[in-house]
Amino acid sequence: MATIATDTPVSAPAPGPHRRISQQAIAPWLFLLPAFLFFAVYVIIPIFQSFYISFYEWNGLYALEYRATPDGGLTDLECLDLGNRAARTEGCEPTGDTVWTAEYIGWENYQNLWTDPFFWTSLKNNVIWLLLYFLAIPGGLFISLFLNQKVFGMRLYKSLFFFPFVLSQVVVGLVFSWFYLPNEGLLNEVLSWFGGPRTNILGSNDYATYGIIAAGLWPQTAYCMILYLTGLNAVDPEQIEAARLDGAKGPKMLWYVVLPQLWPATFIAIVVTVIGALRSFDLITIMTNGGPGFYNTSVLAFYMYDVALSEFGFRMGYGSAIAVILFLIMMIYITGFLWKMWRDERGG
Amino acid sequence: MFPRPIQQYGPAARVTYQTLLPLALLVWLIPLLAVIWFSIKPGEDFTTGNYWGLPTGEAGFQGITNYLTVFTQSAMPQYLWNSVVITLPTMFGAVALSCMTGFALGVYRFKGNLLIFFMFVAGNFVPFQILMVPVRDLTDQMGLYDTRTGLILFHIAFQTGFCTLFMRNFIRALPRPLIEAARVEGVSEFRIFWFVVLPLMKPAIAALCVLIFTFIWNDFFWAVVLTQSPESQPVTAGITAFNGQYRAMYHLMSAGSIVAAIPPVAMFFLMQKHFIAGLTLGAVK
Repeated sequence: MATIATDTPVSAPAPGPHRRISQQAIAPWLFLLPAFLFFAVYVIIPIFQSFYISFYEWNGLYALEYRATPDGGLTDLECLDLGNRAARTEGCEPTGDTVWTAEYIGWENYQNLWTDPFFWTSLKNNVIWLLLYFLAIPGGLFISLFLNQKVFGMRLYKSLFFFPFVLSQVVVGLVFSWFYLPNEGLLNEVLSWFGGPRTNILGSNDYATYGIIAAGLWPQTAYCMILYLTGLNAVDPEQIEAARLDGAKGPKMLWYVVLPQLWPATFIAIVVTVIGALRSFDLITIMTNGGPGFYNTSVLAFYMYDVALSEFGFRMGYGSAIAVILFLIMMIYITGFLWKMWRDERGG
Repeated sequence: MFPRPIQQYGPAARVTYQTLLPLALLVWLIPLLAVIWFSIKPGEDFTTGNYWGLPTGEAGFQGITNYLTVFTQSAMPQYLWNSVVITLPTMFGAVALSCMTGFALGVYRFKGNLLIFFMFVAGNFVPFQILMVPVRDLTDQMGLYDTRTGLILFHIAFQTGFCTLFMRNFIRALPRPLIEAARVEGVSEFRIFWFVVLPLMKPAIAALCVLIFTFIWNDFFWAVVLTQSPESQPVTAGITAFNGQYRAMYHLMSAGSIVAAIPPVAMFFLMQKHFIAGLTLGAVK
């Protein structure tokens, strides 16, 4: 790359070789600058701020800042120490600025998490989400194999199977909560045809989480399906024919010949499924709002939001501590993803 | 081709497949069909408990009446408008920024290139909650809490991560001799970006526009964190407010949900090729 500039022919009049080099050195930074600033302010710095806030107790508010009046007999520091009481104290006046009201409490938020049953329920549900969400991958593979044919109208079939992914999770959540309605829901209607007992899925401590995950699997399976359909399109036909001549077919062919070629699709399916499972917030909020009972269907993403912006007072520090735990869990996957990308970069 | 093309099997298998296909689709889309069914039923059916049967009473099927009610007697038009006002600028902003970052990271080799690229990629994957408290506070400090601008600014910043991943890999795959030929001619770096690379990026830009449109339109979490009033909330958050207003009025709720879902669905069907190309980026070596 760097040698290109030296190849610049002399016929180019104004920009001599030297200026070209410096332009090429500066240009990428200028192109990066606006996005970098945005990203730093809204994504990178907030991550560190959340770590920082997790060591504080904070209700999300700021207080007026006070200073001593010129001849009130108090010092600025004394007025600061009085906090809100300074408003009623002779000799202090507001500076017009505000101060952060948070109080440093060290590891206390994390210690409290350790003994918080709702935190453990949420963490347990996160694990269930992660494990069951992986069903989207074989599910998507199955549907894609079913649809990988050339018959009339196939394009439309594929689009319609993919359709749920385009809907917002809010709509999916609403649709499924009607589907699960205790008395009139279609699910119970169908179950009753087969003589099954009527169940209030979303009101049951045992089933509610699974009911929500099933709703989430609907669009997620569609996503995995489209990944595999694209992958199947690119499978090398000659290898398939060769394997067929060797007598391979059915599951054996799938396992030994097709799946290895689908690995890039599988990898992306794993990445988006893990992220989808750990980001599950919308469906829970819409379908059960964390219930039944206290946080029975909660996951960390939901619990964090509910604690930080709770109706009973904001607990930003505690919320941040939950977010930090969730972030660290996610970081395992992010690191794995980056590591693979790094290997690919060096290999390619 | 795997599995073996159905045409190579006997007629029995072909007929079975052709019947199974629409049946499977029907089962797959049942939840959706249920909502459409709800949305054309009269309201009284839900008070009398006739959820799934044909409409009873003289009202009959409602056609688009429920949809009209949603449009004329609720804040729905305002919510939809807010969604448009939030989604379009985010789309332009994130795509524009990432054209530049993609160009910088895909074309130039410099120290820290991979590091910056990885920063964008990693940032795109972090859980929203780790950003929630500081971003809410920052938005509030800027006086943008409960405004559409506050949401737009955050969305642009966050989506830039994903867009950069996409654009950089796309530009990487462009023929390099093109850029080098332009350099030999003495074309300035900015003009290379504008006149050589940008025209080649059209498919990537189209794909990203559809994807970002859908992602932002469907966003719920940031809508409830950064806005709270009907003047600024997008339709995803608005529909939950609806849930309170129209408790158990399933005909209106379902009509509202369908209306809220139409723009991304329309976008998907109109730009299907780009949409899928964007989503499956990297699914093929």
